[in-house]
Amino acid sequence: MSEQLPFNSASYFKWLSQQKIMGCRNRTSGKFYFPPRPMCTSSYTDDMEWEEVSGEGVIIAFTVITVAPTLMIEAGYGRDKPYCAGIVRLTEGPAISAQIFGLDMANPASIKIGTHVKAVFIDRGEDEAKRTYLGFEVAK
Amino acid sequence: MDVKKLKRGVSLVGAGMTPFGTFPGLNTRDLFVQAFRDLQGSVDKGFDPKDIDALVIGNYSSTMFEGQNFMAPYVADAVGLTPIPASRVELACASSGLAIRQAILTIASGLADVVLVGGLEKESDLPIARVTDVLATASDSVYENPSGFTFPGLYATLATAYMHQYGATPETFMQIAIKNHENGVLNPNAQFGARISDIMASKQKSAEKRGKPIPSWADEMAFLKDEKANPTIAWPMRLFDCSPVSDGAVALLLVADEIASSFTDKPLHIIGYGQGSDVPTYERETLTSIKAARVAAKQAYATAGVTPKDIKVCEVHDCFTVAELIAIEDLGFFKPGEGHKAVAEGLTTRLGPRPINSSGGLKSKGHPVGATGAGQVVEVFKQMRGEAGPRQVPGDLNLGLTHNLGGSGMAAIVHIFERRH
Repeated sequence: MSEQLPFNSASYFKWLSQQKIMGCRNRTSGKFYFPPRPMCTSSYTDDMEWEEVSGEGVIIAFTVITVAPTLMIEAGYGRDKPYCAGIVRLTEGPAISAQIFGLDMANPASIKIGTHVKAVFIDRGEDEAKRTYLGFEVAK
Repeated sequence: MDVKKLKRGVSLVGAGMTPFGTFPGLNTRDLFVQAFRDLQGSVDKGFDPKDIDALVIGNYSSTMFEGQNFMAPYVADAVGLTPIPASRVELACASSGLAIRQAILTIASGLADVVLVGGLEKESDLPIARVTDVLATASDSVYENPSGFTFPGLYATLATAYMHQYGATPETFMQIAIKNHENGVLNPNAQFGARISDIMASKQKSAEKRGKPIPSWADEMAFLKDEKANPTIAWPMRLFDCSPVSDGAVALLLVADEIASSFTDKPLHIIGYGQGSDVPTYERETLTSIKAARVAAKQAYATAGVTPKDIKVCEVHDCFTVAELIAIEDLGFFKPGEGHKAVAEGLTTRLGPRPINSSGGLKSKGHPVGATGAGQVVEVFKQMRGEAGPRQVPGDLNLGLTHNLGGSGMAAIVHIFERRH
């Protein structure tokens, strides 16, 4: 399916629903984009190819959120069930925002930047609104 | 660096505002009329509204907050300015910083001599959860929001990155909150013009009244460390690290330099101007600094021909306490990683060597997002003209600076003002 998919966020989420974490590489500049983009902002060409990432990385910044937005309240989070949102730098270089699991949410000061994490897939929403999102959990 | 400068100078000759707060029953237009009245009183020699050539307003989202898109002509009508050109610009929390910049460009182009700038936001009609959602539409809806990020959450990630890199602690952020509340006490337009100690006393009084056990804290810091009194919003950002939900309006009058003397003998010349943009937080090379602000500041200093040490009074965008910490480094007042030490030493207090946010900042004064950038200019106008009353920063304040951020720092606008003798 890879060659037919346009290089954009819709395709990124389509890949995620198949448990594949895909970025794209521009053949002209060699630059790697994660998440994928339709155009290389270095060479200004659209000569892209899909490239899978390992899903491994480290936490470079994080927060533990107790006052949640509607989306997360609907997923059961809030004051009684805080969650970690963070930025993870992938082994391949780029970084991405994601929910991170497996940390001590009651003790955010114990969470360390540099902690190794690996990708997990989060299903959110019901029926037609159901979507798979990229998350991470602490690597064993 | 090749410094591109305006071909025609622009001055600020008047600045008015509503108090910031929550005003049920008043809509954006009502608030703007109040700000306009205040502006009229601030122009020393007065002005005829018929001399205004254009109106530019900064407004983040009357669309979602009030169900009213297309605000500019409605606002122009409210102050009797139709049929002049009326435009609205949007750049999240930097919307009215951008409105000022657009007004400057309009005057510098020669298309106008007198431009009215508005900064407007009416947030409090919506329930708080909806306000949070509306504000979150300025973060990345594709890759940030689905991760559960909120605005406090985005700034909290900058805080954890800063703490990790430079060894700051949550106490640093609390010190900024204490300082800004201390300043806000002296500002009649501030939404939360109360010291932390006043807030502690009122909590004790209210517990007593309700026959509940009376809480006590050793000092302001102990209060701020008490999870019950100061709950975590997005660790390490707690309630008192966050600016409030606010309504408010600001009106500024900008004119061409050569006609400024017919409005006032004490104009502020806008000699420095800069604007920058950046990628979303997850794409940034560094999370301990905001590149858009560094870029905007560099342009502003270069166009003004001044350096950070020349600036006497400064309002920075402390939407969250960590943002003030990063701002004082991005503006070159302190070296990267040194800002938290400066805060701990009290260097940024109103009477210290580097006063920051004498108005109380967004934290205490309030943060009606589209009004914020213009609101900062009101403070600088008052301070530089010696009209700030009990919160007057001492000294000869000939140079002032405003630093206005949009979103998580994907946009920044810096202006430098000069008062000549």
